[in-house]
Amino acid sequence: MDGVKEMKSKACPRETYGRALLKAAEEDRRIVALDADLSGSTMSCYVRRSYPARYFEMGIGEQNMVATAVGLALSGKIPFVHSFSMFVTGRAFEQVRQSVALPKANVKLVGSSYGFSDFGDGATHQTVEDVAIMRAIPNMTILSPMDPGEVEEAVRLARAIEGPVYLRISRSEMEFLPKEIPGKSMLEPSLMAKGEDITVFANGLMTAEALLARETLLEEGISARVVNVSCLKPLPKEMILRWTGDVEAVITIEEHSVIGGLGSAVLEATALEPKPTFVIGIDDAFGQSAWSHRELLEHYGLTAAAICRAARALLKRG
Amino acid sequence: MQNRDMDYLKARARQVREGIVRAIGVNNKGHLGGSMSSADLVTALYFYKMRHWPDDPSNPDRDRFIFSKGHSVLAQYAALALCGYFPLQALPSTKKLGSFLQGHPERDRTPGVEANTGSLGQGLSIGLGMALTGRLDSRDYRVYVILGDAELAEGQIWEAVTAAAFYRVANLVAIVDHNKLQATGVISEMYDVGEIGRKFAAFGWRVLETDGHDLASIADALDAADENTGQPVMILAHTVKGKGVSFAENEPSFHNGALTAEQYEQALGEIVSGWGEGNEK
Ligand SMILES: Cc1ncc(C[n+]2csc(CCOP(=O)(O)OP(=O)(O)O)c2C)c(N)n1
Ligand SMILES: [Mg+2]
Repeated sequence: MDGVKEMKSKACPRETYGRALLKAAEEDRRIVALDADLSGSTMSCYVRRSYPARYFEMGIGEQNMVATAVGLALSGKIPFVHSFSMFVTGRAFEQVRQSVALPKANVKLVGSSYGFSDFGDGATHQTVEDVAIMRAIPNMTILSPMDPGEVEEAVRLARAIEGPVYLRISRSEMEFLPKEIPGKSMLEPSLMAKGEDITVFANGLMTAEALLARETLLEEGISARVVNVSCLKPLPKEMILRWTGDVEAVITIEEHSVIGGLGSAVLEATALEPKPTFVIGIDDAFGQSAWSHRELLEHYGLTAAAICRAARALLKRG
Repeated sequence: MQNRDMDYLKARARQVREGIVRAIGVNNKGHLGGSMSSADLVTALYFYKMRHWPDDPSNPDRDRFIFSKGHSVLAQYAALALCGYFPLQALPSTKKLGSFLQGHPERDRTPGVEANTGSLGQGLSIGLGMALTGRLDSRDYRVYVILGDAELAEGQIWEAVTAAAFYRVANLVAIVDHNKLQATGVISEMYDVGEIGRKFAAFGWRVLETDGHDLASIADALDAADENTGQPVMILAHTVKGKGVSFAENEPSFHNGALTAEQYEQALGEIVSGWGEGNEK
């Protein structure tokens, strides 16, 4: 880490992403970028400006964009495909399934503005199900960075992995978060903070919420361990069980539906060695417009306070 | 509703524009550009052409309007409010948590909205389904769908264009808001679908053209679209993105930009609508 970065406590992940992609493109001539009229939002515009020949503006045609990327990948390029997470995973779903994942094409799907981070645009633009969709597709790797440092790491990893990767980028600022015991890479869960009574699994912006909740709970005599899970797939069972065996209960929290995301992944992993578990997420509902991201997180109960309530209930305290 | 009084329509268009600005408010992002470029088209539909009943929004004989470029819904909200579907005072609550006026059209929330759009490329197909129903049920309503010019890059549009010609739906009118801009810049420099009129004609549509800000010319085109030639009709409307607010005209950054307090006042000052006056139908 260079000094400048350490001083900065927050950054805009899509900005970090755009710079990281540009750097990767500088280093690797195989990298190309495609976008569907959102390059100013996804920040693929940095590659567009610096390497116009290796940037393909595909217009508002996500399905064609994804399948074109497959052709580029099958010819030796490393295409990074950009749009909002809704349109990358939703509009182009079958192109992703049939043409990207089935042949393990080396396509990087970058879904920007996931969750409620595009707060103003409402339900059509907010994803509640992108992880569920992508997790159900064989051969897919899913990366959901928790801070700007991991956004950079995710770009390096996506480039290094041979095969399909889905990378989620939030539109909201993220804090740089220190790890207590990092995984070998962000492909493995990281211990963010020690604890003995309960384990909280989180990712994305929810990891910072979990760390906040941990402090409140400590004051109440509850010791919560916080584990960040940025790679939702592949997620070997042992990597979850390692953190659940010695605690009384488990909480998961994610900016995603309670169906099919991190909570589901944890429950699938612990099915044979179950713990009382509380899955916090969007309760099978669509999003809606608001004037800020924070308002939506609070409205849908994606906060430190919700974690504290769940912990007290699980441990039968308070 | 056929009121060809141009002074009346122009006044309505100014009120629609003012409604758009009020719906965006200060320091909140909003799709000013596309809403303004469609404002005259929407005005002509609601205040001149369409048969509709604000106090009976689900009357089966109403003409249907679908904003396929759903991000421009602010223009529709303003028109609906001016028609009396809901109070004008509601416009500033657009996008507020819990509001019935969402960032993109939602039919369950907003009276007068026919379809949920916002994911571009889907509205023409929905319009086709409504047009087919009208024919099946022997109702003489018409279906109007406003499309964005950059939206035409979606493959589904051309599936719908093909299907509408195949089924010879003459009660379906697509209006392309041809403002020559996409979200990230100028279409001709970014991603150009080419000659829109010739493409629709080649697919079997009857093509009309109009200045999208000249209300008399828009009214003429909408009337011409009534003629039944057994073909669907596309009206290519030449527009200016951001029309009516000088600093936003042809300015990609106002595709979805926020207004400062000064810009908000300047925009209202340029529009001079006599807001709220003459709301009687
Ligand atoms: C499927 C889909 N992809 C991307 C977007 C994001 N988006 C919203 S508006 C827009 C540009 C639309 O341009 P155009 O159709 O020309 O409309 P206008 O210029 O009238 O605003 C984009 C890319 C979207 N809403 N839906
Ligand atoms: Mg346009």
